[in-house]
Amino acid sequence: MSAPPLLALRGIFKRFGAVHALADVELEIRGGQVVALVGDNGAGKSTLVKVIAGVDPADAGVIEWEGRPVHIGRPHEAQDLGIATVYQDLALCDNLDVVGNVFLGREIQRRGLLDEVEMERRTLQLLESLAIRLPSVRLPVASLSGGQRQTVAISRSLLGEPKLVLLDEPTASLGIEQTAQVLDLVEQLRERGHGVLLISHNMGDIKAVADWIAVLRLGRNNGFFDVTTTSHEQIIASITGASDNAVTRRATPGWEVET
Amino acid sequence: MSRPWTLPLPLRRNRPAGADGRPPRGHGGQNPWQVLKRRFHSGELGSVPVVLGLLVVWIIFESLNSNFLSPRNLSSLSVDIVGIGMISTGVVFVLLLGEIDLSVGSVSGLAAAAFAVLNINQGMPEGFALLLAVLGGTLIGAVQGFFFAKVGVPAFVVTLAGLLGWYGLMLYILGASGTINIDDKGLVAQLTGFYFTHVAAAYGLAVLGTAGYFLASYLDVRRRRAAGVPARPMGEIALRTGVLAAVSLAAAAVLNQFQGLPLALLIFLVFLVGLDHVLRRTRYGRMIFALGGSVEAARRTGLNVALVQISVFMISGTMAAIGGLFLASRVTSATQTSGSGNLLMDAIAAAVIGGTSMFGGRGRTWSALLGVLVIQSIASGVALMGIQTAVQFMITGGVLLLAVVIDSLSRRAQRSHGRV
Repeated sequence: MSAPPLLALRGIFKRFGAVHALADVELEIRGGQVVALVGDNGAGKSTLVKVIAGVDPADAGVIEWEGRPVHIGRPHEAQDLGIATVYQDLALCDNLDVVGNVFLGREIQRRGLLDEVEMERRTLQLLESLAIRLPSVRLPVASLSGGQRQTVAISRSLLGEPKLVLLDEPTASLGIEQTAQVLDLVEQLRERGHGVLLISHNMGDIKAVADWIAVLRLGRNNGFFDVTTTSHEQIIASITGASDNAVTRRATPGWEVET
Repeated sequence: MSRPWTLPLPLRRNRPAGADGRPPRGHGGQNPWQVLKRRFHSGELGSVPVVLGLLVVWIIFESLNSNFLSPRNLSSLSVDIVGIGMISTGVVFVLLLGEIDLSVGSVSGLAAAAFAVLNINQGMPEGFALLLAVLGGTLIGAVQGFFFAKVGVPAFVVTLAGLLGWYGLMLYILGASGTINIDDKGLVAQLTGFYFTHVAAAYGLAVLGTAGYFLASYLDVRRRRAAGVPARPMGEIALRTGVLAAVSLAAAAVLNQFQGLPLALLIFLVFLVGLDHVLRRTRYGRMIFALGGSVEAARRTGLNVALVQISVFMISGTMAAIGGLFLASRVTSATQTSGSGNLLMDAIAAAVIGGTSMFGGRGRTWSALLGVLVIQSIASGVALMGIQTAVQFMITGGVLLLAVVIDSLSRRAQRSHGRV
């Protein structure tokens, strides 16, 4: 491919005391691609997200944004580049309505006062462009369902027209119907040309929306797979490390880990 | 290999997720009963319960003593509410954060004492003494806010220490005599003693307020229509304006039958409108609400959490000091009992009875007005009938319990409504 990837991580190291949380991690994400980041608990997924989001910068390694090396040391530096992060615990204010939450911290003002009309118009526009249907944008988000709240959190992250969206476990604790709602939204993001990094434990979700799967194991890359050509078992083996095992390697001689 | 885990695409695509697939609405154009039901479920009952409660209180006391709704009593009520009402307005801000300020009673007493000492004992000009007393309240709020926001001491404890400490300081500066009478022709005495006796003043205020409300609502609807955003139906605005006009003109007529428009009431209304504007129309107000909803969410948006928290305690301290001056004005003295007794409880109860949530993130400045009207109406009714204050405490306690129950229920309704 000719164009440089949206985001490329090269040789990322992150250490907490004696523990190597991330060691020599590589990752590439292109616009219009959904890359799933999977791995067992403690594999370094959240650490990697924090590195990209600028919450907890890397100790060593290069981050390239659209081909040029950048330094992401603080959350707003990531936001300025065009990286939006939706954390697992949503970070919504239950008492504010949908409009208030979408524009929280970025309120539009008119003559020094909040411009509710313009914010409401843009919220409706944003929700419509994402085919999200809510009973009302003037309801406090406390009265929305879990899936609706997640869609609000995701659409809020899109307000600054980010190029890359990091989604940390967006479907955890959601029902089937609500999960489908969120996955719809992830596909919308891809169709709109956003790059998406999706962290998930749910192999079903990943198979449903991801284009590529990046596996982390014990803080290292342990495979980068094309979803369409990789079996469920291969991914699981890569996550659990079963493929490191000599016996497994012998049993599946035709397959190699792509890096 | 195919994608065995993919849900069939047509099933997942373009499925309307709303209950009925209608486009999202803003202010829905439904009938009032549906609106009320929806508001209850979303925990937004607002001032409906307290207005009903106030009507009940008035009807009961009027049926027991026909002097209760007399112009004289109502006019005196409209001045009596101002001191506690000012304090309660500050409490609304703290409650919006989901915190509490127990020091407001002591701070109000201290401000009155400070004014009296500076003006009477030290001979400082009245305006200057008044300003210093109010700024003292602001400073106290800043100190308490600092310990809460920066040091991390629970607000309950910081302000409990303030409750004791500032009361002690007040006794200290009042000195041996314990009571300082303030100039009964002076500026502070005029705060509650001055009336705009001309009939036009009260009516003018009523007309101006109503017209202002209508104009603001009308312009809002026009902008919303132009932007293609759901707007309140004009019928609803006409109805609201009509109700506001009826209530304010009736109040003006009653006030004009006695001494006219009290200056104290006018100042209180100006504060309520101004602070309501700050809370609901400015970015700063939105930050306060956000902090009441989720401190963590607010922090992640880059908000300076500690600064807003401290500023809210400063508002509370300032309003307590202003309220204290109005209370001192009413009795034209600062005494050892200023700011003590059930003043603190009345101020907090007024905010809660008026519909501001104890859980944070929900409330309006108007709840201070409505709540304090209920509390003072009970006090005034009980006094008129010559019953012991014991009865007043019991009734106020019952009303407060009712208000908190409504708050908790609507909050629970909101939660359970969300988890469909």
